[in-house]
Amino acid sequence: MNENLFASFITPMVFGLPLVTLIVLFPSLLFPTSNRLVNNRLISLQQWMLQLVSKQMMSIHNTKGQTWALMLMSLILFIGSTNLLGLLPHSFTPTTQLSMNLGMAIPLWAGAVITGFRNKTKASLAHFLPQGTPTPLIPMLVIIETISLFIQPVALAVRLTANITAGHLLIHLIGGATLALMSINTTTALITFIILILLTVLEFAVAMIQAYVFTLLVSLYLHDNT
Amino acid sequence: MASVVPLKEEKLLEVELGELPSWILMRDFTPSGIAGAFQRGYYRYYNEYVNVKRGSIARLSLVLAAYVVFNYRRSHKELKHERPRKYH
Repeated sequence: MNENLFASFITPMVFGLPLVTLIVLFPSLLFPTSNRLVNNRLISLQQWMLQLVSKQMMSIHNTKGQTWALMLMSLILFIGSTNLLGLLPHSFTPTTQLSMNLGMAIPLWAGAVITGFRNKTKASLAHFLPQGTPTPLIPMLVIIETISLFIQPVALAVRLTANITAGHLLIHLIGGATLALMSINTTTALITFIILILLTVLEFAVAMIQAYVFTLLVSLYLHDNT
Repeated sequence: MASVVPLKEEKLLEVELGELPSWILMRDFTPSGIAGAFQRGYYRYYNEYVNVKRGSIARLSLVLAAYVVFNYRRSHKELKHERPRKYH
């Protein structure tokens, strides 16, 4: 059981070829594009959902912030579809790899912060000191705010990785426990019920995406436009 | 041979059995040829089953089931040891 528990998180390679590229590209097959006015059901559904999400998320930004709409919408679609596909049996979820999440978090956060510093230098620097702090506390508070700024991308990446990985591990463990307890009758019903509940809760991996994009969004908003 | 159309342009179901090896060898195995084959296959499936006005969820679930089977085959080696057998 020791090695098997983490075997599903190994990057899949086949004969030394990175199969993981194909798996990362697979969700793009499920989002077709079309130039028509009236589309098939799949595209209509996705367009409706995308309009709903983009209206709700982009409404708080001004014109300059709304130029990020395409980026943020593709981000939420990618993370959402990847997490949901990872709930299928035996699948590999790319978002369990910290490398990938850091690769997503750091450039986006850095882009927001640097845009804020370039266009509104004074306002961005003023973020390091909250209003109304007593004078003796100022140096310490500046240090604390700087640390909290630089920890933002790491927090974004680690939050996503840890949530998805923990969910998958729990499913593995509880599923294994159920199988092992099948010979002992009375407890199996209870354990399978717990598995069912856990899976539905894990379907709120979609809520993870919401959390990811939303936090990113809030950070972008604060740094860029105020 | 008994075909009227030149061998290179025949579809697979219309090639006669004796011509099959030469048909396979004549196919385009360059990277752009393989990419073209994947693209053609994808669009055949997409246009017939998904890109219609009232496409069903069954064909889409078939794609997801094929994905599951693909992943199962990929991880079969590690899963072999988890079968409930007396001797692994």
